[in-house]
Amino acid sequence: MRNLKTFIQEFGWPRIIIFLFLVSLFVLAPFVGVRLDASFSDVLNRFGQYAILVLALVPMIQSGCGLNFGLALGIVAGLLGATISLQLELRGFWGFFGAIAFATPFSVIFGYFYGKLLNKVKGEEMTIAMYVGFSFVMLMCIMWLVLPFNNPTMVWGYAGKGLRTTITVEGYWLKILNEFLAIKIGRFFVFPTGLLLFVGACAFGMWVFLRTRIGTAMTAVGSNPDFARASGVSADKMRTTSVVLSTFLGAVGIIVYQQSFGFIQLYTAPSPMVFPAVAAILIGGASVNKASMINVLVGTFLFQGLLTMTPSVINSILQTDMSEVIRIIVSNGMILYALTRKVKVSK
Amino acid sequence: MSPKKKSAATLFSEYAVVIIFLVITVAAISPSGLSLKYIIQELITRLGRNSFLVIALLLPIYSGMGLNFAMSLGAMAGQIGLIFAVDWSVAGWQGLVFALLIGLPIAVFLGWICGKVMNKAKGREMVTGYILAFFINGIYQFFVLYMMGSVIPMRNASIILSRGYGIRNTLNLESVRQSLDTIFMMKLGGFDVPVVTLIIIALLCVFIVWFKKTKLGQDMRAVGQDMAVAEAAGIPVEKTRIVAIIISTVLACAGQLIFLQNMGNLATYNAHDQTSFFAAAAILVGGASVTHASIPNVFIGVILLHAMFIVSPLAGQNLFGSAMVGEYFRQFIGYGVIALSLVLYAWKSRKAIFNSRSDLRGGAAAKGKDEGGQA
Repeated sequence: MRNLKTFIQEFGWPRIIIFLFLVSLFVLAPFVGVRLDASFSDVLNRFGQYAILVLALVPMIQSGCGLNFGLALGIVAGLLGATISLQLELRGFWGFFGAIAFATPFSVIFGYFYGKLLNKVKGEEMTIAMYVGFSFVMLMCIMWLVLPFNNPTMVWGYAGKGLRTTITVEGYWLKILNEFLAIKIGRFFVFPTGLLLFVGACAFGMWVFLRTRIGTAMTAVGSNPDFARASGVSADKMRTTSVVLSTFLGAVGIIVYQQSFGFIQLYTAPSPMVFPAVAAILIGGASVNKASMINVLVGTFLFQGLLTMTPSVINSILQTDMSEVIRIIVSNGMILYALTRKVKVSK
Repeated sequence: MSPKKKSAATLFSEYAVVIIFLVITVAAISPSGLSLKYIIQELITRLGRNSFLVIALLLPIYSGMGLNFAMSLGAMAGQIGLIFAVDWSVAGWQGLVFALLIGLPIAVFLGWICGKVMNKAKGREMVTGYILAFFINGIYQFFVLYMMGSVIPMRNASIILSRGYGIRNTLNLESVRQSLDTIFMMKLGGFDVPVVTLIIIALLCVFIVWFKKTKLGQDMRAVGQDMAVAEAAGIPVEKTRIVAIIISTVLACAGQLIFLQNMGNLATYNAHDQTSFFAAAAILVGGASVTHASIPNVFIGVILLHAMFIVSPLAGQNLFGSAMVGEYFRQFIGYGVIALSLVLYAWKSRKAIFNSRSDLRGGAAAKGKDEGGQA
């Protein structure tokens, strides 16, 4: 009994409610005429689509920089990589990994300066990260208009310049991971093997990294900076490393997202992509200064499950589309819950 | 550091945001091709439209809670009031008063919630307020999009979506359009001046100045300086902070009504999205920081920010051949200004802590040496 109580306390009521809600959605689904296999397939797809963006938050949480509301910088780096890959007409796996390769230098540069900036503003990282992200996205909006891209599938037809707001990756690397070794069962269920393998590899890589010397030092900086300094770890350097890593993973994450979603979304699209990722990791049980792989995977699955299931099930019951409102309330409620909780680990 | 010894560099860093802004705006005036008369008329209009909202930010800053990004809670309360005013077809300035009467209790309630939440997130009020605004936005949408017209009876069918419930995406505020501005519109040197609106804003300024001198106002300053000291001095810290946020939310509610009556239509589901962004950008452009703000900051800020908002789309059109460039540029500057002032502030306060620490250390070392000499 006491075990259950401490478990509930540690896991938190909001997460339990969300979990039970999701389970009840799955139970209800067959009764209101929603196919379970198709739903599962959707959930798996969207899980893979978002997982790496959520994973990108881990290094900065571990190093004590808080929730990376500036993930948009990484997303923009990924967009640059993807657009360059399309501009060079790279196709298939070349195109996909080319996009990641082109995004890497951008993400490292952005992450480096972003990390340096965050080191100067310790304690205020989250608010500043948010606004740095916003303003950078706006600056890039101008760049998308004036950068000399000229692949006809990417630029506005009538002007011949300026990138479109959404660019399709069809014919380049659409669903390149999703369809790699995909297993089809029946008419509606597709298991996106390649996508989940890639996500698994990234998560495993992160798990291993956090146990290397650098990874341990990073966690030490986050949980006890004074102790870390006493044992000869440079806090600033570790924090910058974590920000660079987070930005890089953000870039990879958005490219994975695009290959599954089918479109590259430019201009103001990166800003609102950050909050769902933050909400997902918090739903998975992470706090502002502690996160694990389990948090990432469970959180993404729960959150994306919720987003996939609510429109189909709730709409069938109520004959109205409340999914958007539910999404807003759940995701922001979750972030709010995490921000207002007493921080147990002292900084 | 004595105030006399301020070097040019420190002066610049203190007013960096204002100076950068002034330079950009002045540089953009001539490429925009707008006449000075047009710009000034627009500025007078926007001064009346936006100042009230910006002043709503002052009290939380005094209380040490930073920029109140949750002020859109008040804006939403005002919008609900306006929806009812249109629904009951109360026209003219009476409609605005009606909307205010309905919005007021909602704003007080939301402000109270906001204060409670922020007390649980001391030290990160700004980011919490920002997320809280998103969260309440979800509830607002639920209320307006699903409850109104189904659970809450609406009388005016023309504002309801064709499916039978929920409010339309844009609401025409013809009945209350500029009702406050036009009560007494004075022609002054060829410019239309909305006298009543400006008088209301002036009265609010007087109120703020008076309020700062009251016991509660002094308490707020004390709480803003140091919560622990204020607590020790017997000031109810949490309650004072809640009151500051409630007043801010109520002012935001009234401010949004002034803003919307001037605009003349209401984007039901996103009119409040950027309320806090514009207000925060304005007050920071005016030279305020996260901890210090005054009434002059408000007006300097509104004038500078909006001068740039007026000229930048056309300047972008003429310089880059695309109005979108100017549009994005002004958003970039708005967000950039907020980011820059937050960074400057955080950087300065860290440096101050570092300096005071090294002073302590230096003092201790010197003391130790003296004692050693005596022995």
